Amino acid sequence: MADIAIRQDPQLMATNPPLVRADSYHDLTEQISTIIEGDVFKTPLKYWITLSVTGSIVLLLGAMLTYLVSTGIGVWGNNRPIGWAWDITNFVFWIGIGHAGTLISAILFLFRQKWRTSINRSAEAMTLFAVACAGIFPLFHTGRPWRAYWLFPVPNTDLNMWQNFRSPLIWDVFAVSTYGTVSALFWFTGLVPDLATIRDRATTKVKQWVFGFLSLGWRGSARHWSHYEVAYLILAGISTPLVLSVHSIVSFDFATSVIPGWHTTIFPPYFVAGAIFSGFACVMTLLLIARWALNLQNLITIKHLENMNKIILVTGSIVGYAYCTEFFIAWYSGGVYERFTFVNRAFGPYAWAAWTMYSCNVFIPQLYWFKKMRTSIPVMFVISITTNIGMWFERFVIIVTSLHRDFLPSSWGYFKPTWVDICTFTGTIGLFLTLFLLFARFLPMIAMSEVKGVLAKEKQLFAKETVGHH
Amino acid sequence: MPKMNIEQITDKLGFGPDKVYAVMGEFSDPHDLVHAGRKIREMGYTKIDALSPFPVHGIDAAIGVPYSKLGWIVISIALCGGATALLLQWWCGTQNYPLVIGGKPLFDFSFSIPITFELTVLFSAFASVIGMFTLNGLPRLYHPSANYRMAHRATDDRFILLVEADDPIFNPQITTEHMKSVGAGTVEVVVG
Repeated sequence: MADIAIRQDPQLMATNPPLVRADSYHDLTEQISTIIEGDVFKTPLKYWITLSVTGSIVLLLGAMLTYLVSTGIGVWGNNRPIGWAWDITNFVFWIGIGHAGTLISAILFLFRQKWRTSINRSAEAMTLFAVACAGIFPLFHTGRPWRAYWLFPVPNTDLNMWQNFRSPLIWDVFAVSTYGTVSALFWFTGLVPDLATIRDRATTKVKQWVFGFLSLGWRGSARHWSHYEVAYLILAGISTPLVLSVHSIVSFDFATSVIPGWHTTIFPPYFVAGAIFSGFACVMTLLLIARWALNLQNLITIKHLENMNKIILVTGSIVGYAYCTEFFIAWYSGGVYERFTFVNRAFGPYAWAAWTMYSCNVFIPQLYWFKKMRTSIPVMFVISITTNIGMWFERFVIIVTSLHRDFLPSSWGYFKPTWVDICTFTGTIGLFLTLFLLFARFLPMIAMSEVKGVLAKEKQLFAKETVGHH
Repeated sequence: MPKMNIEQITDKLGFGPDKVYAVMGEFSDPHDLVHAGRKIREMGYTKIDALSPFPVHGIDAAIGVPYSKLGWIVISIALCGGATALLLQWWCGTQNYPLVIGGKPLFDFSFSIPITFELTVLFSAFASVIGMFTLNGLPRLYHPSANYRMAHRATDDRFILLVEADDPIFNPQITTEHMKSVGAGTVEVVVG
């Protein structure tokens, strides 16, 4: 085919490298579909070993939550004055991770960033799994998760009153549950055309039934696509303010209180930037592993990774700027408690946590100013992990250091996690990885229909350029 | 309900091997599909459809697909979502169970912004997804276009053009010839 030759023209490749490399639409279908179509029993052993390790960690999570429910939340290290500790840290951490998925699927869609198509499916899946992990913590922190319906305005005879709609905690319930639901709808809508592809390729009756059911009878009619594209645009349009609202509302949990270190107006944008920062790092970690394990180098190219690293650099710098602003305002406000909190944060008993956070979030990502660093796989793998360590510590620092020494020295304290805290958090990491592994094996990990659209545009572009050059 | 056999049921639904659904043909390039679609429409056909693995640019104008009305459905449901949220907070806070907490007003637009916003978004998301599938007539168990030999390639790498049998100027033989004349491959009269 002519366009294969065009694609390999080195001069053209150098000036305008293609975003994705595939010779034809069919090759692309093959490449993505064969990952999930193979015989389950012939899946490589390393997959099952990894899955059994992460699966065991899920069992650990189950055991920890059972222990917690049967004993009481005293098994966690939360104390007075640190009533919120690892549970809320982990909650904010996981919710933040999810934000990159929505940013990639919605905001980059509105900005017509074609490179998002290779990574949006897995990023959206990651959002869902992260929100699932996040939900566990506030749910079990209530101590009585079987009363979870008390969080929603559901008329019932044992509470006999309504939620306090003036409280940011109930706003949070609405924000997080809306976010989870909308993310799931967005993800499923994107999946339907690809599920139809798998249905049409299915070789066994079971697969035909399963994928036939899931794809809802999609046949790719022009009328389907017309409604579909509008629906996708609307979902992207509403998810964009939604994702910004979710972490803003999460930050209201802190910002509307009177605790020094929490009571600041900078929190909403600062939380959103941090969430996108950590989320992109998490997408990066997962994609680098998937790209290597499933040989997706032609679809997830260095260009994609470099673009993500640029976003990590920008959001990391915004976070750094927010840290500076917090310190400046603490000094400029003249409030003694405010000043004390920030000096204590950097030089008090939790200084080790604060400096881990500054190093991982602000100093290390500065390496991305250099193209060599942005395009080096080992460097970006390490930075993606240090970023998430840093962002976990950011939430820990905000929550625990602000609470542990407030207005009254007689009520100062120190928080140490118990083994249950540690195992529960580890357990959610196991849950997240297990869900992601299952997703990567059983559902199309790359949005075929969207990447084909990009491929079609590139074919057209390259055809035009060659005509112009010769 | 009277007993019916499968033939009677399909007959009632308008399906069956004795019913012509459409003349279908396929292309391997999206641009050829758009050009062919435009030509077929210029011949006077009105019941034209195309099946493709991804949204093809220009196909709507070429074969006369009207712009989706989904937006109007979504905006009306979205407003209902916002109204529901305001009503919920106002009624719970001031009518059903007034409770003074921290000296704050029982109801105010300022503190009801977050929940109003979230419910508006939630309602719009459901409206756009459910609305989209409903407008598309999905989910459905059976569609006669699946009887076309190349139908399974429409979700892979083929671009299919079809003229439905209920088109006023449809004629199996002539339409087949027309379809071949615009460059379609594997042209078939599809029944079902």
